[in-house]
This record gives sequence, structure tokens and C-alpha cells, in this order.
Amino acid sequence: MFSRAYRAAITLPPLLWVVVFLLIPYALLFCFSFWAVSPAQSIVHSWTLDNYRELLRVNVYLQTLFRSMWIAARVMIFSLLLGYPLAYYLSFHAGSRKDLFYQLVVIPLWVSYLVRAYAWKSILGSDGVLNTLLQYVHLTQHPLDFLLYSPFAVVLTLTHIYTPFAFLPIYASLEHIPRPLVEASHDLGAPPFQTFWRVIFPLSIPGVAAGATFAFVLSLGDFLAPLLLGGPSGIMISNIVVSLFGAAYNWPLGAAISFCMMVLVVALLFMSERLEKKWSFR
Amino acid sequence: MVLTNTEPASSSPAKVGAQPLLSIRQVAKSFGRTPVLRDISLLVGEGEFLTVLGESGSGKTTLLRIIAGFETADSGEIWMEGQRLDALPPYRRRVNTVFQHYALFPHLTVEENVGYGLKVAKLPKEQSMSRVEQALAMVKMTAYAEFKPGKISGGQQQRVALARALVNRPRLLLLDEPLSALDANLRRQMQVELKSLQREVGISFVFVTHDQEEAMVMSDRIALLRRGELEQVASPREIYSHPATAYVAQFIGHTNLLRAEVSGGMARCKSLSWPVTLPDGAALFSLRPENLRVAAGKTDSDRIGLRGKVIRQAFHGATELLQIECSDGLLLSMRTASGQNFQGNVLLEFSPEDAIPVRKSQETEKGL
Repeated sequence: MFSRAYRAAITLPPLLWVVVFLLIPYALLFCFSFWAVSPAQSIVHSWTLDNYRELLRVNVYLQTLFRSMWIAARVMIFSLLLGYPLAYYLSFHAGSRKDLFYQLVVIPLWVSYLVRAYAWKSILGSDGVLNTLLQYVHLTQHPLDFLLYSPFAVVLTLTHIYTPFAFLPIYASLEHIPRPLVEASHDLGAPPFQTFWRVIFPLSIPGVAAGATFAFVLSLGDFLAPLLLGGPSGIMISNIVVSLFGAAYNWPLGAAISFCMMVLVVALLFMSERLEKKWSFR
Repeated sequence: MVLTNTEPASSSPAKVGAQPLLSIRQVAKSFGRTPVLRDISLLVGEGEFLTVLGESGSGKTTLLRIIAGFETADSGEIWMEGQRLDALPPYRRRVNTVFQHYALFPHLTVEENVGYGLKVAKLPKEQSMSRVEQALAMVKMTAYAEFKPGKISGGQQQRVALARALVNRPRLLLLDEPLSALDANLRRQMQVELKSLQREVGISFVFVTHDQEEAMVMSDRIALLRRGELEQVASPREIYSHPATAYVAQFIGHTNLLRAEVSGGMARCKSLSWPVTLPDGAALFSLRPENLRVAAGKTDSDRIGLRGKVIRQAFHGATELLQIECSDGLLLSMRTASGQNFQGNVLLEFSPEDAIPVRKSQETEKGL
């Protein structure tokens, strides 16, 4: 139907993009993870599994990885708990205010990530808005120091930042539910709550899966929030990767950790996709 | 003026007795500033098949949605079995709906769809299982119990939607153009099946359609809705043979509308005149094409004769529709049995009692 030249012209640019900016870097990353660093701080191109052994041997790597997953899991849960009711309200009950609310949810996405992270810093700090307020109303005598530089601060900030990412796919899937299905459920005697559990929620599962994946994967790889607000106890795996590629100059070990994370994320995406497919109809 | 339930009691045998099942009283509804229903009053009898017939935009679906509880009327009341129905939320009404596009739950199997209402009502499992089985057998869908709705055809989805509604044994079943998505053959077949099913279960049906033929075939009574007002409520035979208004006469079947002047017991339309028992003044008459006949030689004394020229002939299978132009320019349609060949000038006749006086409809197209 289309000429060979036309097909080449439309497929080549994206193909080139994927090869140059995705496949080659990943292949390099994969190779790096099997190379070594010489005592003279240069990278030796000899094949070894030492980096992966190191990863398993030194506690701090796995511990940090698990902490990162635990932080990401909490962010995911809180984002869903905030995003779902919001999406449900907007889709089913906001009426003419729908567009306004939608914009209000989306606008923060235009604000720089750094600005939002710094905002939390000035809220949670020991001289911050929250502590000042708590002391002013005499709820506390001294500033609460667990508010900032803790996993709590990281979870709070990431939840704030990634809730719109959970909200959007949930909202889209709720909007796609044909309204006659809801009416049919009422018609067959199901009150609103049963209608929600038996019809609306099952049909929104693809959106929940996509939203959960966004929140979890984006949080898992985050390094700015822990850097700015995490303190020593809130360090995440990406901070370690950053320092291995930077100050520590151990690219091979950094590559090995990155590669493990990538496998983890791809596995998650795959599972999420399966779930979405299973609960998608027509 | 709105005309409701004006037909003589004899023409709808025992359908709306002393105790109608559903009583719609002066219901009105507007969307924004657009009135959709004005002052609708209608009774639905026990076990009756009532069709609400109307063009798109006539308000028929809105009326159905108000009965089901998906819309609230601005004013008026709906009563069922001595209870205010319109005060109840849709999930408390003993009314079930078959939706236009079926609205089957895509994530549930055919069986689960049919069992939905019983599950919600917390019926014991064995009981609900046997009822679901029965309902599926009734619509011949037992073999598809485990299928998801996406895997079955439109006609099959239609049956499942019917079973899903009827399994709850509602007092009243509402059907919103349930056959409109089916192709012509299947639609005719389903019309027959639906009608016999309705007789079998004895539940009152309120059926909404824009298809006058469908309405004629299936209904005990037809309520013809136009621009949110009821034009006429009567049995198919009555509404066809005695249309109340010009609009009804034109909407249901073909007709010739004759604009006549009555004076001294005679109606005159151009060169035609025939005896009537109406007061003097302007009057409108409906004369069905099949009530015009070719006169054999001389017109009987009790018939009205007229001369005309056949200008067009349309073949309709069993019948043909002829366009006749009379010498004074009056255009008439006449229906004849197929196979007869008429050409040129013909002598026609009709009985004066077949010219049915009808009320003028408000702002009808074609200037009537």
C-alpha cells in the first residue's frame, strides 16, 4: 500500500532513536556490570561476576534496595488511597465542576519537581511551618525532628508528587465505564455501595494497575527526594547508584545495581500489563 | 389539549381494569429550558403490553427513565400497587429494565449477569441457581452460560439482557428500544418471541420504540408520544382505524389527509363532497389508501366516486401504492393488491364512513 521509501522514512527515525538512546546504553550498562575497576581507578574490560557478588555480600546494598521498595510501596498505597477517591468523585459526582477539578489536579505537574521538594523541606524542617505551628499552639515543646530527614519525609513528598500519576490512569478508566452499566446495576437492585464493588471497581482495575505501577516505579528510582529530605535513614538505592557512578568511581558496581533494578522494574511492568489485559473488555 | 385513554373500554379487553398496575399522573420534565415531557398521564394494566411510540426526541426514553428511576420528574407522581414509585431509588423499585445496548456487565459471564439481581438480593444459592438456569433456558441461552458478553452476538446479548431482567420477577418490565440494534430479520423474529414470552410470564411490559410497525405487531395498546405530549393512547387497531389527530394518522401507516369545509352536513374538499355528522366549519379527514377502491363501472349510491389519473405506482410486495391525481389537482394515494395494472384515467370510490375526522395537530410539518 505504501512505498518502500515511505515506510523507511517513517520507521527509521524512531528506530534510530531507540537504538542510539536505549539499546546501546543498556547494552553498555550490561557490559559495564561485568567489568572491574583496577586499583589505579581505571575500568578493566575483563569479564567477572564480582560486581554481582559484591552486591549480595555487602549488606547495605540489599538493605537499601529493600528500604527503597518499602518506601515505593507506601508511596504507591497512599497515592492510590488519595488518587482513587478523587478520580471517583470527579468521574461520577463532580458534574459541571469536573474540568475545573481535573485542571487543579494536573496543574501541579507543571511545577518543577525541585520546587515541590523544597517546599516540603520548608514545611517539615525544625524551623519549618509545621513545627512552628505545633509549638505555637503548644501541642509540642520542642521541634519534632522525625518530620524532616527521615523516610517519612520521603514518603510524604513522593506521595505528593506522584499522586497525580496514580490519579490520571484511574480517572481515565473510570471515565471509560459505560454509565448504563451503573444504571443496570441499580436497576437490578444493587445500592450504590454494592454497585461500586461489583461493577465500578472491577472495571477500573486496569487504571488502578497502571496508576500503582507509575507510583511504585517512579518512586523506586527517585533520588532527589531522599537526597533533599531523606537524611541518612532515608537513603534510597538510586542515591547509592549516583554516588557509585560519581564520587566512588565504581561504574561496574553501579551498573550491576542499575541492571538489577531494571530487571525488577521490567518484571513489574510485565505483571501490571498482564493484570490490565485480564481486566480489559471489548 | 392532551388526550389520554380516550378509547372506549371495549377496545382494550380487561387490560386496564379497576386496578391498574402503574399509574403515571401528570408527569412533566424539562432539561434546562427544554421541556421534554408535559403533563403525561397514563395507566398501565396488569399483564399489559404497552408500547410508548414516538420519534426521536419525543421524550419516550425520558418517560421510561423516570419510571425506572434514573431521572426524576419535575412534577407529577408515579404510583405502583398503591405505593409512590417515584419516591423510591431505582434499586428499590420492583421494576427492571432491558437497556437499548443491553448494558451487560462485561467482566461477568452470561450466568453471572443473569444471577446479578438475585445475588444482590441475597437469595439462597440453590434457589438462585435454579432460577438462573430457568431464565437461561427460557431465552435459549443455556449453552452460553460460561461465556463473557463480548463473545456472543447481538441477538444473544439481547436474550441475556431479557433473562437478567425477568429472573428478578419484576412487576413491570421496561424495554428501551431493545430491538433497534438487531438486523431486520432477527428483529422480526425477536418481536414474535418477545410477545409470546410476555404472554407466558404475564408481566406488564412498557416497551419504547420509534418503529410503528413494531408497535402495531406487539402491543395491547400504543401510547403515541409527540414532543413530550401524548397524542393518543389506544389499541393498535383502534389507533389505526380511528386516529385522533392528523399526526397520528400520518405516523401510523400511510394516509390521505383531506382538508375540508363542512356545511349543512356535507364535507367538501375541492370537487369531492360527502355526508358527515359534524358541525359547520373547517375539518380534517384521514382516508386510508386501502379504503380507496377502483369502482366497477358505476359508483354505488352510498359511495363517493371520483375520477383521477394514475401518475405513479410503487410496488410493496403484497400491495402496490398508486399516486392518483384528480382533475382538480387533488393528490391521493391508493393501495391495491399487487399484480393489477392500472394506467391512465380511473374511476375511484370510497365510503364516507372511512373518511375519519381527525384533530389538527399543532405545527405539523406539511402545514397541517
